[in-house]
Amino acid sequence: MDNLLSIVTFMPTLAAVILAVFLRGNDEAAQRNAKWVALIATSVTFLLSLFLLTGFDPADTGFQFVEERDWVLGMKYRMGVDGLSVLFVLLTTFLMPLVILSCWTVTDRVKEYMICFLVLQTLMTGVFCALDMFLFYLFFEGSLIPMFLIIGIWGGPNRIYASFKFFLYTFFGSVFMLVGMVAMYLDAGTTCIAACDPGQTGLLEYTFSTETIEIAGMQIIGGMQTLLWLAFFISFAVKMPMWPVHTWLPDAHVQAPTAGSIVLAAVLLKMGGYGFLRFSLPMFPIGTQLMEPLVFWLSAIAIVYTSLCALAQTDMKKVIAYSSVAHMGYSTMGIFAMNQQGIDGGIFQMLSHGFISGALFLCVGVVYDRIHTREISAYGGLVNRMPVYALVFMFFTMANIGLPGTSGFVGEFLTILGIYEDSTWIAFIAATGVVLSASYGLWLYKRMMLGDLIKESLRTISDMNLREKAVFAPLVALTLILGFFPGLITEIIGPSVSALVAHNMAAMADFEAASQLAATASH
Amino acid sequence: MESIILFAPLAGSLIAGFLWRAIGERAAKWISTGLLFVSCFFSWIVFFGFDGTAYTVHIGEWIQSGSLSADWSILVDRLTAIMLVVVTTVSALVHLYSFGYMAHDANFREGESYQPRFFSYLSLFTFAMLMLVTADNIVQLFFGWEGVGLASYLLIGFYYRKPSAGSAAMKAFIVNRIGDFGFLLGIFALFFVADSVSFDVIFDKAPEMAAMEVPFLWGSYSAANLVAFLLFVGAMGKSAQLFLHTWLPDAMEGPTPVSALIHAATMVTAGVFLICRMSPLMEYAPETMAFVTFIGASTAFFAATIGLVQTDIKRVIAYSTCSQLGYMFVAAGVGMYPAAMFHLFTHAFFKAMLFLSAGSVITAMHHEQDMTNYGGLRKKLPLTFWAMMIGTLAITGVGIPLTHIGFAGFLSKDAIIESAWAGSNSIASYAFWMLVFAAAMTSFYSWRLMFLTFFGKPRGDMATHSHAKESPLVMTIPLGVLALGAVFAGMIWYGSFFGDHDKVSAFFGMPEHHAEAAAEAEAEPAHAGEIGAVFFGPQNTVLEDAHAAPAWVKLSPFVAMLIGLGLAWQMYIRRPDLPGKLAENQAPLYQFLLNKWYFDELYEHALVRPTLKFGRFLWKRGDRTVIDGSIRGLATAFIPFLVRLAGRAQSGYLFHYAFAMILGIAVLMTWLVLTGGAQ
Repeated sequence: MDNLLSIVTFMPTLAAVILAVFLRGNDEAAQRNAKWVALIATSVTFLLSLFLLTGFDPADTGFQFVEERDWVLGMKYRMGVDGLSVLFVLLTTFLMPLVILSCWTVTDRVKEYMICFLVLQTLMTGVFCALDMFLFYLFFEGSLIPMFLIIGIWGGPNRIYASFKFFLYTFFGSVFMLVGMVAMYLDAGTTCIAACDPGQTGLLEYTFSTETIEIAGMQIIGGMQTLLWLAFFISFAVKMPMWPVHTWLPDAHVQAPTAGSIVLAAVLLKMGGYGFLRFSLPMFPIGTQLMEPLVFWLSAIAIVYTSLCALAQTDMKKVIAYSSVAHMGYSTMGIFAMNQQGIDGGIFQMLSHGFISGALFLCVGVVYDRIHTREISAYGGLVNRMPVYALVFMFFTMANIGLPGTSGFVGEFLTILGIYEDSTWIAFIAATGVVLSASYGLWLYKRMMLGDLIKESLRTISDMNLREKAVFAPLVALTLILGFFPGLITEIIGPSVSALVAHNMAAMADFEAASQLAATASH
Repeated sequence: MESIILFAPLAGSLIAGFLWRAIGERAAKWISTGLLFVSCFFSWIVFFGFDGTAYTVHIGEWIQSGSLSADWSILVDRLTAIMLVVVTTVSALVHLYSFGYMAHDANFREGESYQPRFFSYLSLFTFAMLMLVTADNIVQLFFGWEGVGLASYLLIGFYYRKPSAGSAAMKAFIVNRIGDFGFLLGIFALFFVADSVSFDVIFDKAPEMAAMEVPFLWGSYSAANLVAFLLFVGAMGKSAQLFLHTWLPDAMEGPTPVSALIHAATMVTAGVFLICRMSPLMEYAPETMAFVTFIGASTAFFAATIGLVQTDIKRVIAYSTCSQLGYMFVAAGVGMYPAAMFHLFTHAFFKAMLFLSAGSVITAMHHEQDMTNYGGLRKKLPLTFWAMMIGTLAITGVGIPLTHIGFAGFLSKDAIIESAWAGSNSIASYAFWMLVFAAAMTSFYSWRLMFLTFFGKPRGDMATHSHAKESPLVMTIPLGVLALGAVFAGMIWYGSFFGDHDKVSAFFGMPEHHAEAAAEAEAEPAHAGEIGAVFFGPQNTVLEDAHAAPAWVKLSPFVAMLIGLGLAWQMYIRRPDLPGKLAENQAPLYQFLLNKWYFDELYEHALVRPTLKFGRFLWKRGDRTVIDGSIRGLATAFIPFLVRLAGRAQSGYLFHYAFAMILGIAVLMTWLVLTGGAQ
């Protein structure tokens, strides 16, 4: 299985090509075939990706399943995973069959819809596997296009505005990253992230200059590293999204079809967090150190601000969208806490938020499919006719609130634990999230589910069917399993995280030694 | 055996919750109840078989990250053993009682199956509570803590059709979460200073923590004080102490068995348990201890004042619970953890009994809860009357003064009042007087409840009165068992909890600490591995001082009780017109108490509404106007400029071109860099 990563990455695209070339017509049979092809392709991909898990050695903090071959324009195609990335690949491959299942009732341009998701899967997986900077960039940017189409074509009434906003925001961020990448290439002379040709240093081992530089009269401490850090930060912050560049997300979510929302919340946002782990932290440790307070405060503000916004929403999808931003705040905060618990927690939070927010968007989809409105006030008393749905919704609401025993708790707990060491203020502000998330979560639940069923339009609403239950079942299982056995994740990411922490501490020590030396020399 | 105690309720919950369709409703109820009795039986075996030496049963790993290691395990020491019997006994009896109480609930329609769900939640609660009391580290304790919160939420909101029930459930969860906010910060601070979350390590480091200064927000504090304070905020939420008490009266929306189990006997005492569990740390946190005493004493007083005027039978008992919890905190606050646990133990019996009796009355009266519509029920409900009478005698503290003979509450409450008198911290004398006043009020509102319900002439709807009849055996048997506890628990265990020093030390597995030990402690302040289930600091002599209290101190609660009884008798038996007149004469005071000191209104206007308003402001103004506005401003200035550059401004399809253009730029730049840079 030398090419396992490539197979896992490109299998969905292969299916997309098959669909594009061989599937003709738009009758019911063709639609069914398209869905089945997509479902089978994503399922097989998931099964194959399990070999990544069985073959992965957590103790080895280097890259595994490495592939390398020559590619166009003198570039190399390099793929590989380490403890930081392997689980994101699995998150993607695990969710995609569920995503396909969740859009089983779609009838509009099904073939194209499936092709979009399949291509999107390839691009998302590629982001987490790429070991070459420009390959990463292509995947990272490429993933915008199918998502843009999914929102723009299959979205709600205001889809054009939302997709436009989504595209411009994220692309705006990426331009800075591209400039940063060019600068890095010119400086380091390579685009290889790691596991490069013998004798060549990869970007992960390369030390970018930290000498103070002056631009237009401003002293930039940390020099090149700080500037590069900022360039990447803008891109990842928009993607994540962090406050105050989060406003594209609620609009995109509200207009996106259910399946699109799931992918967006569960995987696409995580590309930002992964970017921090792959680029910002290890490549610009000094920049990270210097800019840490900025990230802390933006994260803390995000948690409180977006939670309060969630309280004010009248559209249930927006509640969950805002809650996503708040939960990503914990991740960024944890990642930049730069200690084992913080980063473990940050990664855990991203993975767990993948299932939980995905499931919550699915919950919205279930009633939207039946009543065709997302206004909270149009519901009420659903528990009377939809007991199974009520149970599932309750479960994921509690998971989102971070009840111990669900995976939501572990991430929240570890990230705030990690940040407490750095700043009690940030920990204090972030911890208010436990009150606010309970408030908007339970209030939403109460308005939609509890009370008597009075509204005429809801009289005949039906509970979840077998397909819907089948989509939720694995999500419920994983949320519980990871809540009770978080070791399943922390054991895989732990060693790589320790290596990252050690790497950055060493870089900091060097930097401090160097500045002390400079200080004594100048005296 | 410990594992069976712990997991039998979980199994019961899962079976009743998920398999009832397969095995039938009756079987589901019986299985969950049976498993609870199994758990209860083993708990008593553990309790009586326990020899004072703590041991731990390791179950598995939970969260591991760097130096953080939180495991699943069962710690058995005296505190755990006490809580095990309290929780499983009351829970088993409440399960049994629910067969009768929940049989024909008017809140559900004919043919609806709600009972398995109810039993499942009850068992789930029991499991979470057991996880809480058996934890050997603070993270597992937090797991149980949140688990009981979840169960409480589900059970308060059990009558999901009632809007008030949904609101009460939500309020309970959110107010508790405010406490949890403090609790969590406490855990983080604890891990920060001790680098561990397991109790052994934390307690070993407690003396160091007293000396350690750690930063928190603006200032820096002694680590022990800071951690103890933050954890106590959690305890305030769960145990409904002043400022975070507002959820408990509303929680009475839940079915009455739930009020008995969760909101009287077990969950609400978790805060007291937490403070006792953390006693080795608390002993080094004098300022926090003073605060605990203050809050406890104030709550005992404050809740009792409200209890005086409420007319909903369950709410009276709820405020009484709140007030009694205050007593327990005072005991813990002055360092008499055994007295706190003693009252927790006896209170569980008599308060559960009061609630279950109230439930029996409510069932008989067709879910009428307003006491002004009761009256003269003594003849109709004789068993319930006697149960309620025993509960009242116990809570008001009837006994023979200056001896150790009396109802359970007599012994445990007096123990607390004497401890408060003997307490050495600055708040102790305030606490003493508050508790004595509260004792008088407790007596008044308890007897008022008795008189209004069982004496006098029937009031309200006469048809309801004529249909009132005694509850079935499944409901009266639990009352009988609890009555045994309410009568005898105090006398039997007085020596162990509050007897002479050696007895208490042996019961709690504590090493000798005073006179002889103090000398050693001077030489060797650390006391690794020598901490019992609770811990007395070297300076803590409250137990001895309390025993040495003068006679007037020991008599004071008894006198207070008599005063309360006398007033209640005067107002509700001799001159039933008096209360109405008094309410008119003292209208402002009456309204103030009736409206519960206006806490709900205050919070509504000062916190809830401004928060919602602020949320709307952030969304509409912050997100829409400021952030989107400025970005749109930038975009409208910037994009057309680029588009003009591309020479395509004449087309209306701005968006398509923008899209094509940025893609073009991306490709172009990539290509330039790759070819140009490589040379």
